[in-house]
Amino acid sequence: MSESLASTEQAMDKESAVRDFFARLRRDSEYIAIPVLALAISAAVFSLFLLAVGKSPIEFFQLVERGGFGTAFSIQNTLQRAAPLILTALAVAIPARIGLVMIGGEGALVIGGFTSAAIAIPMLERVPPAPTLIIMALAGALAGGLWVGLAGLLRHARGVNETISSLLLTYIGVAVMNFFVEGALRDLTNPNKPSTKPLGDAYMLGKIPGTDVHWGLAVGIVIALSLHVLMTRTTFGFAARVTGGNPRAAQAQGLPVGKLIVASAAIAGACAGLAGFFEVAAIQGRANASLAAGYGFTGILVSFLARHNPVAIIFVAILFGGIVASGGLVQRRMDLPDATVLVLQGLTFVILLVSETLYGRFEFFRDARGSERT
Amino acid sequence: MSDSLVVTVLVALLGGALRVSTPFMFVALGECLTEKSGRVNLGLEGTLVFGAMSAYATSYHTGSPWLGVLAAGLAGAALGALHGFVCKLPRVNDIAIGIAMMLFGTGVAFFFGKAYIQPTAPRLGAIALGDWTGDPKVATALQVNPLLLIGLATALIMWWAFANTRWGLVLRMSGDSAPAARAMGVSVDLVRFLATLSGGFLAGVGGAFLSLYYPGSWNQGLSSGQGLMAVALVIFARWNPLRCVAAAMLFGAAGAIGPALQSVGVTQGYYFFNAAPYILTLLIMVASAGSRQASREAPGELSITK
Repeated sequence: MSESLASTEQAMDKESAVRDFFARLRRDSEYIAIPVLALAISAAVFSLFLLAVGKSPIEFFQLVERGGFGTAFSIQNTLQRAAPLILTALAVAIPARIGLVMIGGEGALVIGGFTSAAIAIPMLERVPPAPTLIIMALAGALAGGLWVGLAGLLRHARGVNETISSLLLTYIGVAVMNFFVEGALRDLTNPNKPSTKPLGDAYMLGKIPGTDVHWGLAVGIVIALSLHVLMTRTTFGFAARVTGGNPRAAQAQGLPVGKLIVASAAIAGACAGLAGFFEVAAIQGRANASLAAGYGFTGILVSFLARHNPVAIIFVAILFGGIVASGGLVQRRMDLPDATVLVLQGLTFVILLVSETLYGRFEFFRDARGSERT
Repeated sequence: MSDSLVVTVLVALLGGALRVSTPFMFVALGECLTEKSGRVNLGLEGTLVFGAMSAYATSYHTGSPWLGVLAAGLAGAALGALHGFVCKLPRVNDIAIGIAMMLFGTGVAFFFGKAYIQPTAPRLGAIALGDWTGDPKVATALQVNPLLLIGLATALIMWWAFANTRWGLVLRMSGDSAPAARAMGVSVDLVRFLATLSGGFLAGVGGAFLSLYYPGSWNQGLSSGQGLMAVALVIFARWNPLRCVAAAMLFGAAGAIGPALQSVGVTQGYYFFNAAPYILTLLIMVASAGSRQASREAPGELSITK
């Protein structure tokens, strides 16, 4: 008698566990469905925009598909551009978890890239490539971390709005790089574009074996996964999320809110600074104005689309890497200005933020379990 | 530096303060109006750039720079209306929307502006206020644009209206306590929508000054953060339109340091002086953010000072 009761209980437990799983799946799918809906609406609105300026939206999306994902070459090109986007998106996502809107990724990328290029100059020809590259990467991450960490420090110590200060630091970062690149550190043998001394082929970062994609992609993915673990499985991540949810409660609980804010900002800056290192060591070979190519700003959109989830960022970054990579092809074939991608991104961003208002409005995603039990 | 060089630099700084300050002033006044209603519009940088492009294109096609100014205002108002409408929706973060609007505004401006980088559009004229001095340098410095005077008048009117009119009271009440305003039967959403729209109009007009007077041409690097700095200025000016004007003048002078030193042959550190306004803004934010006076005078509903 009691045995059969236990087995029915067990069966019921199993059944309810399965039901719980599907209920949770259904609930969580809202976080994918709504951003995807926002992307679809953005594509539709952007198509109308293209029609209004007399261009074919079908041709546009075909070219994006071909230029971003169509051939082995274009996929590698896309992945090459996804690498800095993963890192600059992480630079937005980590502070966002703690409730900060930090948008200093572009500046940290520029400062990180410049620092790594500058520190390499005295080491070229004297130190072997491998240690040089490691020191460059560390210097880039450190410089980026200090740069955005400053915005975090100002936020904590003085209550300075971190959104404005981090964007101001971006302008300052570009000016600082220009100051050195056009002055003390200018490579005088290169008359075309003010740049630092080139690293030279021997010191360039290699490709992932069997591909044409540099190591930045692998490092970016590893960092994204590690930060995901950090934010979901450690005390630091827990404390950061509590602070993001309710700073006053976190303070009342005795959490070191100030340290958490500064640390999150520094981690963010280090990610973006590392992106700058990869741009210098794997793509440009030197630091110049090309570093400020807008990866920092696209990264903001990537992070918001991924709902600041480090794992989701990897996939969204690849999608936007493709859009950025196909930009040149689209411009040439359709005779569109290079700002076309910027319009698409701005539009998507606005529509995405509007879509936030939809959360909780669809019956389908409601907690099925809760309604059954009451 | 000899005395005459110092004078040259000071005159250039004065001229710079009068010329460079106008867009700062318009954006700061627009942001001041919006923030008084309890909402933040961080996207005014995009509005400024979009306004500059609209003004230049309109002036080029119609031949009338003043129509260009109007077009810039309307373009800014349209962006402001979009911002105001979106912020009204539940669960939408006004800071994030500001960033999105900044990217969107600059993107659209660059997209349509590409065709106007080459051609020359009719520019706004200047009023000579300094001819009586008989010194050509001072006279050049004192050539002011009518928009500067309009900006000053707007600041005075805003300052007076905030304190002395029913509209000013409703605006301040919406900004200080939305529940109180609602209890008085005020539609807080409508007030904020209109304040954001009007703020966008002013910022757009500031853009017209950039493209139609000084520097007086359209290109993608025209604004480079002036709209953002003006937004930061409003906190420093403690939401007072007259202090916004003073702060804008200070910024105009700071922005003129580089060109002023260049005019007397100091070319070193040109890029450092380019960074000066940004660094100054950051220092000012640090100095004013922690002040008790600023937090006392801040509109109570504002998300940016929390």
